[in-house]
Amino acid sequence: MTDRQTDRQARLRRHTTLLAVAAVGMFGFAFALVPLYNIFCEITGLNGKTSGEAAPMAVSAPASQTAQDAVEREVTIQFLSQVSRGMPWEFRPTESRMRVRLGEVAETQYYARNFANKLFTGQAVPSVTPGYAARYLHKVECFCFTQQHLEASEEIDMPVYFYVGEDLPSDIGTLTLSYTMYPVSSAARETSGAAEQTTETMPMDHSEHSVP
Amino acid sequence: MIAHADTIPPARHPLIAWILRWILTTNHKEIGTLYLCFSFLMFIAGGAMAMVFRLELAQPGLQYLGADFYNQMVTLHGLIMVFGAVMPAFVGLANWMIPLMIGAPDMALPRLNNFSFWILPFAFFMLLSSLFMQGGAPNFGWTLYAPLSTTYGPPSTDYLIFGVHLMGISSILGAINIIVTIFNLRAPGMTLMKMPLFVWTWLITAFLLIMVMPVLAGAVTMMLTDRHFGTSFFSAAGGGDPVMFQHVFWFFGHPEVYIMILPGFGIASQIIPTFARKKLFGYNSMVYATASIAFLSFIVWGHHMFTTGMPLVAELFFMYMTMLIAVPTGVKVFNWVATMWRGAMTFETPMLFAVGFVVMFTIGGFSGLMLAIVPADFQYHDTFFVVAHLHYVLYPGAIFAMMGAIYYWLPKWCGNMYNERLGKIHFWTAVFGLNLTFFPMHFAGLGGMPRRIVDYALPFADLNLVSSIGAGILGLTQFLFLYIVVDAVRGGSGKATGQVWDSAEGLEWTLPSPAPLHTFHKPPQVD
Repeated sequence: MTDRQTDRQARLRRHTTLLAVAAVGMFGFAFALVPLYNIFCEITGLNGKTSGEAAPMAVSAPASQTAQDAVEREVTIQFLSQVSRGMPWEFRPTESRMRVRLGEVAETQYYARNFANKLFTGQAVPSVTPGYAARYLHKVECFCFTQQHLEASEEIDMPVYFYVGEDLPSDIGTLTLSYTMYPVSSAARETSGAAEQTTETMPMDHSEHSVP
Repeated sequence: MIAHADTIPPARHPLIAWILRWILTTNHKEIGTLYLCFSFLMFIAGGAMAMVFRLELAQPGLQYLGADFYNQMVTLHGLIMVFGAVMPAFVGLANWMIPLMIGAPDMALPRLNNFSFWILPFAFFMLLSSLFMQGGAPNFGWTLYAPLSTTYGPPSTDYLIFGVHLMGISSILGAINIIVTIFNLRAPGMTLMKMPLFVWTWLITAFLLIMVMPVLAGAVTMMLTDRHFGTSFFSAAGGGDPVMFQHVFWFFGHPEVYIMILPGFGIASQIIPTFARKKLFGYNSMVYATASIAFLSFIVWGHHMFTTGMPLVAELFFMYMTMLIAVPTGVKVFNWVATMWRGAMTFETPMLFAVGFVVMFTIGGFSGLMLAIVPADFQYHDTFFVVAHLHYVLYPGAIFAMMGAIYYWLPKWCGNMYNERLGKIHFWTAVFGLNLTFFPMHFAGLGGMPRRIVDYALPFADLNLVSSIGAGILGLTQFLFLYIVVDAVRGGSGKATGQVWDSAEGLEWTLPSPAPLHTFHKPPQVD
């Protein structure tokens, strides 16, 4: 081989390797999108996930320029529930909607009952619609912070204490708080497999959303 | 000539020798032919599925299919047309033409080239075999949205996942080969800014492929582990998020749109100057416009997801970025029109397809702009308006460009002229058929007819009947096209000269027709 040919061979090899590395790198990038997405959502509240920790009770003086209106403002909170497929539970809110004044702590109950003939553990995952309102919904106490262990046929009323921040943007008149109950125990994992989550993928109207 | 004459013992039965020759070939022209034949086969398969669901949609109510089988047909139609028909067709064209256009003896990595083609039949065998499996073929749309594809997907979804992996590997290897060829095997004197535009657009497309095909592979891998290995990438129960699937998918999906159209831009930029008998107007701006489109394609994926509850700021960002793409695209359309302006135009079949491409792709571009408008998109989203839009950019866009390219270069490939009269009939029936099929979908969509549902409300009956009749006509034109190509290969209407078209420019026309199996062993000098 002449020098030119070996030169070219080396260049071909270098370019091929570089491009192959780039392709593998992009495969890795697809997985890096997962933590990036989670961080981004945590900052923006993009995906309607509420904070997994209890909010502090006190609310300080209203901060926004629409403070005057905000104090008097009421919003509608709608409550939804879903039970993961194959989970032998009844799980529903005890009231479907309520009006709350901004900044005021409100309480509601979710009812759960285990139809199985043995201990069954569930975990509720909350979601708020519209998604960007999630960060204004502060839960002081919520059953979703912990797992629920229900014995055979046990029923329970689970409280949620929450308030809506006074800085809630004025275009939001209705918030929907939805819980999906997922199985945690190993027996359930066998029957139900990966759990579904539909509340977040449903395109929802901000103001009018019917409660079943 | 046999590529590996020394490896095949002459004692073999001629049929086996013939088969082995095509399996083992490393010649860019033969591999290009394989790609083109394979993509046509897939085009017919995907088209047959379209015929099945257009038959069902011809009348309201359920006549022939159940909802599930309808969804399977729609899903496979999309996947096959995107990954089986359009992409391999353009790769085949790249294989044939790029070495001829840059004066290279072959592709830079011939064996890899053979490998990347032969992966494809296996990929599509896996995908199509899902039709015969228990639970049926995948039925969640070509976008594979979780949780439809994870929790609710039929068992055959795993075959789809591995099929997509194989297609991805094939595309990535093909793209690597194309980039390495373009960077290293150009004839002396052919600087980057002297390359024909088809080569330029493919270079940029190949970079897009390398950037996004691995992301799709990642997305389907996450689907696979969510389905079987207990991960929760897309499952809220384990802290994941199904909407994230849409982000990852469309991060791939939007550049994919341009992967399917940029080579078409290149083809139009080759054909129009030939038949307008003028130099391409604004060569440099064409290159920069292509590069800008490719760059912008990475930051507009959110416009597929306006209704997922995005913050207003993100909606605005994606809306403006999407509209920005109209600027470089407009530059291209303007340049094509300016090339034709006061040219000595003639309308041979390739030119008809190229002009049809410019006009009707622009219609698809405009409906795309309508979809980019956030408040309007809330109405159009998931309706037949989207179906009309995407078919206007893909059929008279990608497929017309491809057919124009075949008429344009076929005399060079097989040495014979095709039947010009039949070619013109093909073009006009295709134009008639496709507009009859896809134009009424705009109105059905604006009226609120949703996509991906087997039945529809009575007021849409007439529009759908028209669409179905158009689809039947469009389907028949494919056989006319096949006949014209086969006829040309077998002699057509006479021998073609080396130049073929009197004012075509480029290295490929300096070769005799048909192009010999081995060309440019001595690189030509370009000045």
